[in-house]
Order: sequence, then C-alpha cells, then structure tokens
Amino acid sequence: MTTATLSPTMPSKAALFEAQAVKAGARRNRLLSLPALLIIGIFGVLPLLIICVYSFLAAAPYGGVQWRFSTDAYLNFLFQRDIFDDTLQFTPDFLIIYLRSFLFAVVTTIICLLLGFPTAYFMATRPPAQRNWWVLLITIPFWSNLLVRTLAIMFIIRDEGLINNALLGLGVIDKPITMLYTNFAIQLGLLYAFLPFMVLPLYSSLEKLDFRLIEAAYDLYATRRQVLWRVIIPLSKPGIIAGCLLVFIPALGAYVTPLILGGGVHLMIGDLIAQQFGSGRNWPLGCAQALILMAAVLVALFFYVRNTSGKVQHG
Amino acid sequence: MGIALKKRVAAPQLPSRPAYGDNQTGTHLPPRAGSLNGVIVPEQPGKNAIEVRGVRKVFGTGENQVAALDTVSVSIRENEFFTLLGPSGCGKTTLLRLIAGFDFPSAGEIMLHGQDIAPLPPFKRPVNTVFQSYALFPHMTVAQNIGFGLEMLGKPKGEIEARVAQMLKLVKMEALKARRTSQISGGQQQRVALARALAPQPKVLLLDEPLSALDYKLRKEMQIELKRLQHETGITFIFVTHDQEEALTMSDRIAVMSAGKILQVGTPRDIYDRPAERFVADFIGETNFLAGTVVSKKPGVATVKFDSNATVAAGYPEGFDPTGEVTLVVRPEHADLVPDPAKGTIAGTLSNIVYFGTDTHYHVRLDGGENFIVRHQNSRSSPVTYETGAEVGIQFEEGAARVLKD
Ligand SMILES: Nc1ncnc2c1ncn2[C@@H]1O[C@H](COP(=O)(O)OP(=O)(O)OP(=O)(O)O)[C@@H](O)[C@H]1O
Ligand SMILES: [Mg+2]
Repeated sequence: MTTATLSPTMPSKAALFEAQAVKAGARRNRLLSLPALLIIGIFGVLPLLIICVYSFLAAAPYGGVQWRFSTDAYLNFLFQRDIFDDTLQFTPDFLIIYLRSFLFAVVTTIICLLLGFPTAYFMATRPPAQRNWWVLLITIPFWSNLLVRTLAIMFIIRDEGLINNALLGLGVIDKPITMLYTNFAIQLGLLYAFLPFMVLPLYSSLEKLDFRLIEAAYDLYATRRQVLWRVIIPLSKPGIIAGCLLVFIPALGAYVTPLILGGGVHLMIGDLIAQQFGSGRNWPLGCAQALILMAAVLVALFFYVRNTSGKVQHG
Repeated sequence: MGIALKKRVAAPQLPSRPAYGDNQTGTHLPPRAGSLNGVIVPEQPGKNAIEVRGVRKVFGTGENQVAALDTVSVSIRENEFFTLLGPSGCGKTTLLRLIAGFDFPSAGEIMLHGQDIAPLPPFKRPVNTVFQSYALFPHMTVAQNIGFGLEMLGKPKGEIEARVAQMLKLVKMEALKARRTSQISGGQQQRVALARALAPQPKVLLLDEPLSALDYKLRKEMQIELKRLQHETGITFIFVTHDQEEALTMSDRIAVMSAGKILQVGTPRDIYDRPAERFVADFIGETNFLAGTVVSKKPGVATVKFDSNATVAAGYPEGFDPTGEVTLVVRPEHADLVPDPAKGTIAGTLSNIVYFGTDTHYHVRLDGGENFIVRHQNSRSSPVTYETGAEVGIQFEEGAARVLKD
C-alpha cells in the first residue's frame, strides 16, 4: 500500500474500498458458478441421494421399492437368507464378481499404461506439425459407438471369425481356438476400449516435457534407463495418475464389453448391478451394490493418490 | 555403469600459471600456436583437451538450410580457460552441443584427448555442461540437482553428500538447498546449474553464458570464483559469452566467432592489440579505422601512406600479404593528441571532448573527413588542456597501427 505514506486517512479508506471490491467479486463469482452448482446438484447429488435411500428400502416383488426401512440389501450382498429356516448363510458370489472386476480393471490399467506410455512418448517426440495427426488417429475410435466396436471385436475373435479363419486357412491350427465368451475376450475388449483414455493424458503431459532436461540428465551420466526412471517418469506423473484413473474407474464399472464378450457368463460389477434392475427385480440390492462399488473405489483412490504423491516428494 | 572416466590426476600446480587477472600481459603462456583463419596448428600434439577438425553443422534441409557452423577447426589445450566470443546466433551453443554430444556434426570430427568421440553418447563423455537455459530438474531440490551426476556415476552416498555440501558453499546456496528449483530466482538457478555441472569434476566443462543472469557484483565474484576453481581443479573450461569484457578478463585464449566461423583465436592481448579482421576489432573494444595505401613492406611490417601523404609503420597478421588499399586499426588509447598539428602522424579538428572520470575521450574530425577517437587517461597534472574546435595532431604509439585482413 503506497497510499499509506500519503495521508493518515488514506489507508482505512483504501482498505474499505478493497474489502468492498473483494465482497462484490465474491458475490459475482458465486452467481457465475450457480449453473454449475445446479447441474452438479440435480444430476450428481440428487441421484446419489435417491440411490442411498433406495438401498435402505425393501424390494417390491415386481421391481421398484416398498417404503419400509430394511438393511436386507446390504445383508444380501454377502449372505443369503435360507428360505426354510430364515438363517443367514455366507455366499461370496457377489464378492467374487467384485474381486474379478477389480482384477480385470487392474490388469487393464497396467497393460494400458505399458502400451500407452511408449505410444504417447512416440507421439510427443514427433515434429509439432505431425503430432495433431497422431492425436486424431488415437481419437478415431471415439467416432463410432462402443457397442458397435465391441461387436466388431466379437466378429474378429469368434470361432468362425477373422483370426480363427486365418489360422485355419494357414494350417497353423486344425480346430478353432475358443476366444469369445472367455475372460480373455473381456480383457481384450477392456484394453481396446480404454487404451485411448490412457494415451491422451500421458501424451498431454509428455508433450509439455522439457526435452532439454533429458539432455541435461544424459550430460550428467544418466543412462537411457536412468533418464526414463529419474526424469521422464517423475515429470509425467500427473499424466500417469490421470490416465490410470481414467482407465481404472470406468473399467471397473464396464458394462457393455463384459456383457457382449463375456456372453453373460463372465459377469463384471456393471452387469451385476444392471441385472438387479432387470431380471433380478431387486432395486435396493442394485443400489447397495452401486454404493459399495463407489466406496471401494474411493478407498482405493485414497491409497493410490497418497502413495503416488508421497513418491513424488521423496523421489 | 561403464563410463570411462579415467582417474583424475591432481592438477599440476605449475608455478608459471598466472594468477587471476594478470593474464592480460599475454606473456605467460607457452608459445602460441600459429592462428590462421581459425585453423590452429597444434604445436604440442597430445596436449589438447579438445580438437575440433573441420566441423560443419547444417540445420534444416533444402531451402531452409542454415550452416550454424561453417568448417570450424580449433584446438583447446588441457587446463585452458577457453572462451568462445561472438554475437547472438553465431554458433556458440551449436559448437558446445556438438562437443557434449547432443548433436552430431554434419562433417568433420571432434577429438577428446586425442580420441574421436563421435561414437560416445553424451553420458559416456567426461564432459559436463552448464546450459544456457539452466535445464534444472524441477522435481528435485537444489541439493538433489547438484548430486544427480555423482549419483548416476554410482558414487557412495557419503561422498555425494560431502561434495554437494562443498558445491553449495561454493555457489553460496547452502540456505536454499532444500528448495525446489522452481522456487528460486533466475540467478540462483544459474548458480545451481553451475554447481551441478562442476560436482562430478569433469575433464572438460562447457559453460554456455553461465553468468548472464547475475547482477554485476555477484557476477564479478563468480568470475573470480570460476577462474580460481578452474585454476585449482585443472578442468578445461570452454566458456561462452558475448560479453567482451568478461572474455578479456577471464580467458587464457579467446576464439572470436561470427556467422558460424571462427575468425581469430588468441590470447586476450592478441585479440585486443592485434585483431586480424575488421569484425574482431570492431566487436572487441572501441576502435578507429583508417584507410591507407601500402607503399612498401618488410616481413611483419608494412609502411602505409594516408591521403595526407603522412606514412606510418603498421604490423599485419601472419600469413597475410597486404597490398594496395588497406584498412588500419588503431585503438583509442594507443594514440595521443599533440597541440601542434604538424607534429602528429595525422591531423584534424577537435569536435568533441567527453570526460569519463578516469579518462577523457577526444573526438577528432580528421582532415580527410573521418572520425578518430583518442582516449587519454586523466591525471592531476595534465600538461595541456584542449578546447573543442582546436586544430590538433594525433600521434600513434609504437606499433599501434595494424593492417586488417579486409
Ligand atoms: N535446432 C536448430 N534448428 C535450426 N536452426 C538452428 C537450430 N539450432 C540453432 N540453429 C541456428 O543456428 C545458428 C547458431 O545458433 P546458436 O544457438 O549456436 O547461436 P549462439 O551463438 O549460441 O547464440 P546466442 O548467443 O544467442 O545463444 C542460429 O542461426 C540458429 O538459428
Ligand atoms: Mg547460445
């Protein structure tokens, strides 16, 4: 405040103006953020509340809910009520599907990272004029519907599909390899669906990388491997974290891919939840399952972010 | 790790090595190599730290082609403080990048201690760089940056810590050692870059304008510190600057570059007193250029006649044959005024007198129409005072006038 030196009354006046300006600014900011808040409230928080409430209600016989408090949905997640003597029996069926889904999501994330990093690095090291074309190529799959693309995979890997016909034609095999409706098919579908979500954030952080730092590391006797681990990876950490989240979370809740490529035999969480609202006719159970998934993701996220940010500091 | 860093031999403390600042006498160095158009004939084979032989570097293709370096040859001796001096864009950084191994020459070769380093990647060259852009690792602290090179060399932890502490002290950054490099000022970053490059004690240190972001006082301090360090460690310094004063005060030898070429290599005194070309004379210090005609010559000295029919004996660069119309160069402090126009080598009218405290500049309009500046060091008992408009003579000191190549 240079005004302070001019006259003794100035500072208080200036401070007052400033305080008013700050208040007005804050009011304006709140007004501007109103639409966003409304959208978050209506489309984010409200449905979540409904799910929360429904999960504590009893199921109506033909779908929907009965307005009666019940924790059955949560009990049903791990136990089955015996129809005859009403005792609770531990049934890990849902739990197994959850663990399977986690496994699928983790494997998808890891493989996407391993495939996506070199891809993104390659893109980021092209001449600037070329890079946009590579980004375009990566986004081409988004131009068509995931369902269509998944069906296409189905045609490629089924018993009379492209791969099997080719192998049979070449005489490599004499009876088709079963790929469709297996875990392999689901995994392949997930990788295919989510790879771009890994490549794009990785690319955007590698593109910003100052390649002079890599030269500096080479100059200081770092080998290629050391440059990768000590300079490139730490500096692209934001991209790695973003990419992993963008792949892991949707992969965990994937619905279309396991439904089509798993043939309804190999379920994932998404299909399980959808079932409760369809043939299962147990809405509260579906709601409970969705909330449990959300809680699990939040916990996993918490540990993930805590671990990775800790490493940045010590690395 | 496979890095062929030979065990460092302690720098021989040559008693003849000059202390900082007295290198301007130009007498302490072993006999100079013959320098002809930048081509140095190494007179002590095997004693060169770096030899650059006919190196060209061309960027771009087709019409956009630029020759950043146009057939440069130069030898840099062991333990030498060698400076590349030249205007922006003349190829200084390009030459350093070729030596460090970030770029490859389009033609020619670079030898390090007599060995062709073309097949060595940067991480196998015992050469460190202080980058013009600093290139500090933003995800590491100041201390981690400085220790990085040693860590990559697989040095034990204790040794790294000791060396980092020593470097921090050297660049006066102890207080900020735990800071991220994004949280320190530009000058501080420059000092960290310097410490980081020095820490692994390379054989050759490449410094790309390492002091440009420092304020005057710190810069002077660091200049002395660098010079001392170079003297003590015996590391060969290749120092880039476009500050001629810095080049003159710090260097053992200077290479003056322009547009991808090395124009002249020599001691600061060589370069200053005996510039070979107009560009060199003009780039370093203030200079007077005079036109004249060669009338006769002996080995090393030509007699040049001015329009006024006065003649002067002028030295000329080795391997150059001055004939006909030539340009002479005379430094302002190598000439003096005489009150009687007839007594001077040339004569003119005093057009302006500028007082600088330590010395006074007299601007003289010569009878031939050219301008000439005479610098006179002030003393309490200046015998004569001059007035503007006075007719004066200009007398050259012995050997003050030199014939330029172009
Ligand atoms: N990667 C490149 N691609 C194309 N031209 C380049 C490249 N690097 C340098 N040049 C050109 O080569 C010439 C020499 O550049 P260089 O960086 O060596 O100059 P410099 O002497 O270090 O200048 P400064 O004092 O400004 O740092 C310049 O004309 C520059 O434009
Ligand atoms: Mg440069």
